[in-house]
Amino acid sequence: MAYLFQQILNALQLGSIYALIALGYTMVYGIMTMINFAHGDIFMVGAFLCFVAATVLGLPFIPALLLSMTGCALLGVVIERLAYKPLRNAPRVSAVITALGVGLVLEHLTLVFSPYPRHVPALWSSATWHVGGVTLSSLQALIIVLSVLLMVLLDWLVRRTMLGLAIRAISWDRTVAAIMGVPVDAVISLTFAIGAALGGAAGFLYALAYPVIDPYMGVIVGWKAFIAAVVGGIGNVRGAMLGGFILGAVEIMVAAFLPSTYRDLIAFALLFTLLILKPYGLLGQPRPQKV
Amino acid sequence: MKRSLACLAAGVLAWQAGAAAEIKIGVVAELTGDMPAVGASCKQAALMAVDEVNSAGGLKVGGVAYTIDLQIEDNVAKSDQSALATQKLIAQDRVLAIIGPNASLGAVPASAIAESGRTVMITPWSTNPKTTRDMRTGRSKRYVFRACYTDAFEGQVLAMFVLNQLKLKRAAALYDVASEAPTSQSELFRRIFTENGGVVTAFETYTTGDRDFSAQLTKIKASNPDIIFLPSYYNDVPLVVTQAKRLGMQAPFLGSDAWSSPELITLSQGAVEGYYFANHYAADIATPAAQKFINAYKARYKTLPDDVAALTYDAFGLLFQALKQIEKPEREALRNALSTISHYEGVTGNMRFQEGSGDPIKSAVILQVKNGKFVWFANANP
Repeated sequence: MAYLFQQILNALQLGSIYALIALGYTMVYGIMTMINFAHGDIFMVGAFLCFVAATVLGLPFIPALLLSMTGCALLGVVIERLAYKPLRNAPRVSAVITALGVGLVLEHLTLVFSPYPRHVPALWSSATWHVGGVTLSSLQALIIVLSVLLMVLLDWLVRRTMLGLAIRAISWDRTVAAIMGVPVDAVISLTFAIGAALGGAAGFLYALAYPVIDPYMGVIVGWKAFIAAVVGGIGNVRGAMLGGFILGAVEIMVAAFLPSTYRDLIAFALLFTLLILKPYGLLGQPRPQKV
Repeated sequence: MKRSLACLAAGVLAWQAGAAAEIKIGVVAELTGDMPAVGASCKQAALMAVDEVNSAGGLKVGGVAYTIDLQIEDNVAKSDQSALATQKLIAQDRVLAIIGPNASLGAVPASAIAESGRTVMITPWSTNPKTTRDMRTGRSKRYVFRACYTDAFEGQVLAMFVLNQLKLKRAAALYDVASEAPTSQSELFRRIFTENGGVVTAFETYTTGDRDFSAQLTKIKASNPDIIFLPSYYNDVPLVVTQAKRLGMQAPFLGSDAWSSPELITLSQGAVEGYYFANHYAADIATPAAQKFINAYKARYKTLPDDVAALTYDAFGLLFQALKQIEKPEREALRNALSTISHYEGVTGNMRFQEGSGDPIKSAVILQVKNGKFVWFANANP
């Protein structure tokens, strides 16, 4: 029983990070029906900003987190303005290929800065608590609580604020939203900024939990988070959160109760089956094709 | 004609002088190319080994003292150049034996040439099984030997180290299933460990690029092992070890030669303190043979010998010991003597060969991380 509970904690930790990254994919897709494949690398930049904050600048926890989030938000806006905006009316394939290119640029810019894996010093106390055979580290608690807090905040922002209303309006019909006076360019930039800031926060937490970082760390995690977004129903904010936690749970539980050699095989076969049963993801809605 | 007469004259003179007969030994090393440091160490150790013998009046083979003549060839750290250099040494220079190449990418093609040329080749540093084994027939190559142990062999040595020296009976393993050497090491570790009375409590895997090991580590923790075998590269090790500590795991970790990079210390920030791993050689190794070599090398080259230098020196040591046992310096006789060396006390540990395999049975060096440094702990025997 303690074993199961420990694995649930592990799944929550991994899942909350997947969920944070998946939100970035889903928000950009929701507003522009475009998959931002550079998002995994924005996550990586968040981790490197955490490293810079902790070593070069010597910042404490909260300023370091804010640096990672604002740094990535700015990066997200710059990428959107420079790389994606000129392609807004181009075929969607061009935008996806551009996104892959942007990801490569980010990886190689970081390579110039540091080709070797780096160690991230601890910014958070590493206390552990033992309760009835279950071990909870303060870091694990922090990751889960902070991620859930950020997700609740985002959910409130999308559902209860004017900005959220504008995002949903553009997502529904960009042309009509523009006619009704929604500042489309500004809202799209803000959406990118929010998604990238969440990616930055994920990178920050990830760097604390797995304290060896390198420029390619975002590639596989990025793919997995993208899968989480698709499973949850891409374009749907709550779906991305759900998808992230499901992916985390499937990965951990397969390794926990079946031979770990087959982890990825079984985990992704399960998700694949789920997509066959629900092609739009768990919470996704089929979009009417506009003629 | 003139030349052979001259040779004859020289031979006669040599006979009269009693010590000037020559044995030609070839060296193929990575002097230029991607890994010049490997080639440089190999060349330096080769020159040192040969000078020691020559300055002591040469090597006695069948009662006659021979001086050693070294022919050093560069393989540019490439496969084709390795084959070419080996061919030249065998056919043109007619060397008695070849030491090198060091890296497996050169040693594997060179070994095919040596085998077909029926000439003894000893590679100091190539750990790939394909070097001494013909993968098509599954048989060992007759003329190819190595001074280092193979990838898989390390798993065997470590299993015995845990049982006999640490006296621990319950071990778990966590390894990268997508990587060749760790997989074969772990499988052999499990087999030898269980055959000798140990219990493998958990046998878990991950895939290259994974960073979250919490599921596997929780599983390993629940199986309650005394020690965890982790033959991972130095960049994965810190992640596994810190996550294990966060899960409250007490059992120590045990590593392979993939741990032996100073980067391990900088990336893990004290998290590997006190843990053990296997290596080919340690610069602070305590055996008298090793101390003698290290001091002589330091005096001559003003630097500490690395594993390539130590293994090259041992390759020559093996060669010289086999030569002393035969009557005449001939390739076939040398091959037979080498393949049955029953005891050789080397810089990198004691070795012997068994007929039918070019892989030595030798001890590995076990290092311990102490105050952020790799310190020699023990020699471990299979």
